[in-house]
Amino acid sequence: MGRKFNNLLLEFARLHRFLMRVLREAVSPPYEFKEIVRQCYEIGWKSFPLIGLTGFIVGFVFTKQSRPSLEDFGATSWLPALISIAIVRALAPLVTALIASGKVGSQIGAELSSMNVTEQIDAMEVSGTNPFKFLVVSRIIATTIMIPILCFYIAGIGLFGGYLSIIGNDQLSLLSFFTQVFDKIGFVDIFAMTLRAVVFGFTIGFASCYVGYYSSKGTEGVGKAANSAVVASMFTVFIEELLIVQVLSLIS
Amino acid sequence: MAKVGNVINYEDCVIHVDNVSKSFGDLHVLRNVDLKLYNGENLVVLGRSGTGKSVLIKLISGLLKPDTGDITVLGQRVNDLTEKELMQLRLRIGFSFQNSALYDSMTVRENLEFPLVRNKRNLTRAEIDREVEDVLDGVGLLQALNQMPSELSGGQKKRIGIARTLILRPDIMLYDEPTAGLDPITCLDINGLINEVQERYKTSSIIITHDLACAKMVGDRMVMLLDGKFERQGTFEEIFDTDDTRVKPFYDYNFIV
Ligand SMILES: Nc1ncnc2c1ncn2[C@@H]1O[C@H](COP(=O)(O)OP(=O)(O)O)[C@@H](O)[C@H]1O
Ligand SMILES: [Mg+2]
Repeated sequence: MGRKFNNLLLEFARLHRFLMRVLREAVSPPYEFKEIVRQCYEIGWKSFPLIGLTGFIVGFVFTKQSRPSLEDFGATSWLPALISIAIVRALAPLVTALIASGKVGSQIGAELSSMNVTEQIDAMEVSGTNPFKFLVVSRIIATTIMIPILCFYIAGIGLFGGYLSIIGNDQLSLLSFFTQVFDKIGFVDIFAMTLRAVVFGFTIGFASCYVGYYSSKGTEGVGKAANSAVVASMFTVFIEELLIVQVLSLIS
Repeated sequence: MAKVGNVINYEDCVIHVDNVSKSFGDLHVLRNVDLKLYNGENLVVLGRSGTGKSVLIKLISGLLKPDTGDITVLGQRVNDLTEKELMQLRLRIGFSFQNSALYDSMTVRENLEFPLVRNKRNLTRAEIDREVEDVLDGVGLLQALNQMPSELSGGQKKRIGIARTLILRPDIMLYDEPTAGLDPITCLDINGLINEVQERYKTSSIIITHDLACAKMVGDRMVMLLDGKFERQGTFEEIFDTDDTRVKPFYDYNFIV
């Protein structure tokens, strides 16, 4: 019991050191621009198809499933408003974060831990490159930039999926659909969505890099790291989502 | 297979490990270890698996910090250096890892130019290409230039790993079990390469191994790590002129028929 508690404290101390180091090295030169751009491509660009598909399905299915309940009140004309609130306030950042936790988290966790196991990180360090900056910081910056972009993309595609679902039953022009959509959401909603996406992006990058960088040696460590990176990312995203919802409801 | 052409200067000590201890928790890996590497010398470090041989060279290159004691490399005390100074010093130390540690997301060419591009930013494309081809030719693998590490054999990976460290023209080479896991013919190749590097690049080297053929072929002097200490050192014959049950099996194993 005492030992377990002790280990937990040590883990927290290590997490704290890791965080401080990330922040310190992110702002101090030299900057790894080229590697950051490459990671944005690897992490962000390559996720667009999956994220797009997910966004479309979420928007389409959500709209289809909401229709019957609104129909009971003869209120199907509220569908665009309902979709926009649901997607922008709740679904877009959360779905992006969960998909990215799975795809990007496992990728980062596996990459870094296999580099750790095969001493590639040590090799980098002894040949004059700071591996922390090159591997960890650049990945965290890339997720922090790309998850918000992916989130906007998923919101756009999700709304479009909703629109397609609506015109299966009703007459509605794309223009008036989007007029109604933006009628219901304000600057605060967009801001809140972006803020969440930034927080989730940082979280996914940070958690996956931490898990990968400190993975146990040995090949079974790689699989374990990929797995824990996903679990840690998702878990932290859920906690943050709960906290953010509480804070936002206090504010408004 | 006597070695020729290397000049050892016993006045010039390029690595001095002075009374160094290192533990991980309750595990005392090195206890008050002393070791000197002289200029131009190939020093073989023998020892069983898990005795701390890799830990020793990781201490020398600053990847790990000693608990107590001093390590001086090329006249600089490793423990006292700032991060920047340590980076500079490391450029003069080549490290050949046990599993070659090639960057598996990069081609052979990108692996080789990585240390160059990152540390000598004023080189032109043509100069980089020339350097890459030069060291690659030196290890006899010019044809592998555009291959991925996953397409190479263990011996080829080892050579590329050595080439990648030679590209910065190090003064010191550290080899971690260079022949582990290789077939006898490839072992002979690698041993030959280690001697060639010593001659051509005038390096001083520490070679970690438990392969006696390798030790005999490349070593000018040998030390043996036993229970966290260098208890035995000297030539091959001197080391194995003993009945110590921790030492004899190393020798006997080679003559079991
Ligand atoms: N970073 C580390 N953390 C904890 N223990 C370590 C670390 N590096 C090495 N060890 C332990 O130190 C001992 C010596 O390891 P090593 O130097 O790799 O042995 P070898 O002589 O086979 O190269 C081993 O028992 C190993 O488990
Ligand atoms: Mg070892």
